[in-house]
Amino acid sequence: MGQTFAQKVLARKAGLDSVMVGQILTIRPDKLLTHDNTSAIAGNFRKIGVQRMADPSISVIVLDHVVPAANETYAANHKTVREFVAEQGIAAFYDVGEGICHQVLPEKGHAWPGAVIVGSDSHTPTHGAFGAFSAGIGRTEAAAVMATGEIWLRVPESFRLLINGTLPARVSAKDVILHIIGDLRADGADYRSVEFAGEIVQAMSIASRMVLTNMAAEMGAKNGVVEPDEKTRAWLKGRVDHDYEEIFADPDAPYDRVIAYDVSTLAPQVAKPHTVDNVVPVTEVLGTKIDQGLIGTCTNGRLEDLAAAAEILRGKHIAPGVRLLVLPASREVLLEAVAQGIVTDLVAAGATLLNPGCGPCLGAHEGCMAPGETTISTANRNFKGRMGSKEAFTYLASPATVAASALTGVITDPREV
Amino acid sequence: MKDKIAGRVWKYGDDVNTDVIFPGKYTYSISDRKEMAQYALEDLDPTFVANVQPGDIIVAGKNWGCGSSREQAVVCLKEIGVGAIVARSFARIYFRNCINEALPIAACDAVDGVEAGDEVTIDFAAGTVTTPKGVYTFPALAPEVMAILEDGGLIPHVRKQLGIG
Repeated sequence: MGQTFAQKVLARKAGLDSVMVGQILTIRPDKLLTHDNTSAIAGNFRKIGVQRMADPSISVIVLDHVVPAANETYAANHKTVREFVAEQGIAAFYDVGEGICHQVLPEKGHAWPGAVIVGSDSHTPTHGAFGAFSAGIGRTEAAAVMATGEIWLRVPESFRLLINGTLPARVSAKDVILHIIGDLRADGADYRSVEFAGEIVQAMSIASRMVLTNMAAEMGAKNGVVEPDEKTRAWLKGRVDHDYEEIFADPDAPYDRVIAYDVSTLAPQVAKPHTVDNVVPVTEVLGTKIDQGLIGTCTNGRLEDLAAAAEILRGKHIAPGVRLLVLPASREVLLEAVAQGIVTDLVAAGATLLNPGCGPCLGAHEGCMAPGETTISTANRNFKGRMGSKEAFTYLASPATVAASALTGVITDPREV
Repeated sequence: MKDKIAGRVWKYGDDVNTDVIFPGKYTYSISDRKEMAQYALEDLDPTFVANVQPGDIIVAGKNWGCGSSREQAVVCLKEIGVGAIVARSFARIYFRNCINEALPIAACDAVDGVEAGDEVTIDFAAGTVTTPKGVYTFPALAPEVMAILEDGGLIPHVRKQLGIG
């Protein structure tokens, strides 16, 4: 019997020939990702009572959640992180302005095929887009990884999702993954390793693959993964400066479920308030009034996302009374968007350009909502209260759908503008 | 950890996410554990904080604790005195955070047998939740995981492992 990606990658990391689903392994992860919560993690690290991290070279720290600091409390929090970084001699530290951790980590060469990455952020599965095994953990266990260099992981069951067909115009990876989450529901892949495959995934850019693995978290997955190929190798060239061994699932690997989707006739998808699996075709919510649009976040803040919005907004202007917030996912993305004129197109169309970072996605700053307001966002969560008031409403959609909606002031089908 | 606990039920539904258990706007502005307790379930049940009693038990549907990895969504409930959480299923990171914070959990369908305010008994040794309408069984945790819970959470567990204190 063959082995799944998760079995093979975890077995190799544990120094075993093979492992069984359900087996608990103690392994040494290649990378530990933390962000603004490093301040709290440092506190837990001190409670453990060791002086030095077991291996500071695995630590990747990105300040992104509330950057620049919105008030004195956040500023003090960031300062604590910088002091911890200096004390522990952590080289891979990225301060305010570099971008969102899930964009910066791969850009700076900390993700590669076959790597095992854990991070104290629920969207850590994003890095599976590079063929890595990447899973979210909590704060206390991040501190324990710092202290010991080790973590326990259960070998998960796996799903294989085959996405086939051809994507219609103005239908993107975001629509595909929203459709899948609507189908499988918020707990549909709980604890599972989800392998994304099929001709659509092979045809997708790295940025689009990151949308799939990022949102694997929203169906409960432990990790999402895409097999590495020439695109992966080309993207990582010049970023990862060491050899790596790619890992592929065996053709006869055992899966809990193999599900095939043909997306050739897929319409743009929207997740309605207040859950990510409350998904309908955009045609069912046309005309819903919006107050704000948000293009960015670890889901859809990459160059192709900003370009998709600019293609719709170029030479036009957003509707009166609508705020459109644009947050590039990283400094690298921002620079390229400037160079290509995308930033000019968006700002001229009425968008408000914000610094690379998480922005208002988690409701802490830079565009929270008042009671009764509605945002259509490219983010990955629309839970009640997430973006400010618990009496506000968040719809999730693709960059094209958000741009089209900002143009008209109501939720709009991007194929119709 | 006690083998057996009993408590009054707070009953909730499916897919309760960490944003409604502990809102994101507080995640980087509140660091005191006792203060976190004041915001427990703020966007789910505004009556909870004022009325919860030490030892009360949350009984819920599937996928409790989905969403953000924020550990405060466990800490706020532990600090306000919740004795255990029983749910049809738990989101993965929330499950790990409960173990690491030593907040006892049981995965079973007890939500089918309770109403808010009922008394339930959890027997961790036997793996049962006894409700007014029947007894529900839950699977034992793996020994490696149980050891963390029995040591009082991950920090004491790691200290023991490293021979500190």
